[in-house]
Amino acid sequence: MNTAREERYLAQAAPETQARVLRHEAVNAEYRHLTLAVPDVAAGAQAGQFFNLRCPTTADESPFLRRPMSTYRANSERGEVEFLYKIAGSGTRALTHLQVGDTLSILGPLGHGFSLQPTWRHIVVLGRGVGLATLAPLAEMAQAAQVKATVILSARTPELIMSEARFRAAGAEVITVTDEAGNSDVAHVEKLLRTLHQQQRADAFFTCGSERLMRLMQRLGAELNIPGQAALEQHMACGLGMCHGCVRPMRDPEVEASEQHVHHARRVCWDGPVFRLAEVV
Amino acid sequence: MVDLSVAIGDVVLQNPVMPASGTFSEGLIKTFDINALGAIVTKTITETPREGNPVPRIAEVRDGMLNAIGIPSHGLAYFLEHSLPHYQTYRGPKVISISAPSSDAFAHLAQQLAEVSAVDVIEANISCPNIEEDGKAFAMRAASTAQVVRKLRQATRKPLWVKLTPNTGEIAEVAQVAEAEGADAVVVANTVLAMAIDPVTRQPRLGNVMGGLSGPAIKPIIVRMVYQCSRTVRIPVIGCGGIMNADDTVEYLLAGASAVQVGTATFVMPTAMLDIIEGLRRYGDVHKLTRITELIGAMKLPERVSVPDML
Repeated sequence: MNTAREERYLAQAAPETQARVLRHEAVNAEYRHLTLAVPDVAAGAQAGQFFNLRCPTTADESPFLRRPMSTYRANSERGEVEFLYKIAGSGTRALTHLQVGDTLSILGPLGHGFSLQPTWRHIVVLGRGVGLATLAPLAEMAQAAQVKATVILSARTPELIMSEARFRAAGAEVITVTDEAGNSDVAHVEKLLRTLHQQQRADAFFTCGSERLMRLMQRLGAELNIPGQAALEQHMACGLGMCHGCVRPMRDPEVEASEQHVHHARRVCWDGPVFRLAEVV
Repeated sequence: MVDLSVAIGDVVLQNPVMPASGTFSEGLIKTFDINALGAIVTKTITETPREGNPVPRIAEVRDGMLNAIGIPSHGLAYFLEHSLPHYQTYRGPKVISISAPSSDAFAHLAQQLAEVSAVDVIEANISCPNIEEDGKAFAMRAASTAQVVRKLRQATRKPLWVKLTPNTGEIAEVAQVAEAEGADAVVVANTVLAMAIDPVTRQPRLGNVMGGLSGPAIKPIIVRMVYQCSRTVRIPVIGCGGIMNADDTVEYLLAGASAVQVGTATFVMPTAMLDIIEGLRRYGDVHKLTRITELIGAMKLPERVSVPDML
């Protein structure tokens, strides 16, 4: 039988709906910011949940499958959902053609998002590249829960740093590191994390967008006994747990590593996309 | 209003639309009422648990997708204890898809399901590799098909559907022996063996290198196979390949299918099956049909065109 968490998720509707484009702007050379008018259920998406978008067919692109995209912002008062996406392949190139007033089919909200424990007073968020868009809703989530957030934003160049103003507006302490400045390497970020934790104990880690930064948080989390959550990305087809295409091997953190013989394939769309850091293999 | 019900042997479906195995799970209830479907078809189960293939398991191609999922399965015991009770809450007949590496293993699995009252139909996915024949799929040849269907038939009296592979040059002969050995219906067909390579990384786009092509890209091939099979056997043929909408479904019925399975379309549009059922109703109204079964095998050959003998 299903766990209580699964039953709750199953009971949550994720209808396919035609959403209207309200705004669609270039943020920089690589990123676009898309705002859609959506029904209540979609506008109620939680931080870390995603939507599966049916990208339009254009003269040059005919993306057949939907594209999963994390929620950059969901605003239930205004009935809006926002996405911040990087132009990377056929689907996102097709998306750039959407004009204000156009509609596109969205499916969601899908998946399990981030969560905050009531006892937590301070969280440390570490993201890179497009992962910063996924982490952004943590800004308001932490603020609403009166949890202090310290955020390390990493990117290749300063202009690719996303969500800095948004985290600051929500009262977070923000540190930016870039390849250009030469301070984004794992060793330097590790020093930053250790210093932050010494100044004020981190109750939890949150990460998205970089495999090596996730490994770093996983290692430090295990050493310093800090729980964490990682939002994972994986190519998907259905987004509804049917096709088993988006699996990732996971370990059971309750079982000692030496006793762990088999890694279990878990579906990123259905069991995630947010997983406990200790689970990720 | 057109009567959408169809009979597959003794099994009556309220409409001819059901999911293709492996493209249905409880997650779909988040998007529409599953009770509208003609039948429930489960993901293929195996006797013992299987992990499945390495990622990437899916790749997009023009008008379709490649998959090499590798039949991950929790095994029979888990299925009976956890999955089947959930499927029992739905109205339609429960079609349980099974796979096994040998004909004896197929029979053993079918025998255990034969005792379970909640199982309405056994669908034998004989498109999977047969370890007794160097990994060639059972349904690639008439002889190996005959052997496995005979053993399955001896193992169970439940309605037995046999799912064929399109990766054969003798689909009509394979369907014929399946009928002769006691299958109640054939499902035509499965994915087309295919592969794709990324020109930038020079790596195969599937972790398993080769996989199955599905979606609209394969529809004309499978429509042809349904036509060939339905002219060869008297048992019902269930069409499965690239159906995206009601028109595609009508095309399969005209080619000789009695019902259809829809798979990849559900990944693109989760409500695809529901939309197809509504589309069939509209088609029935427009074309003044009393029963949808009037369409089965009703393709009109133009005059002076003889029946093609390319079987």
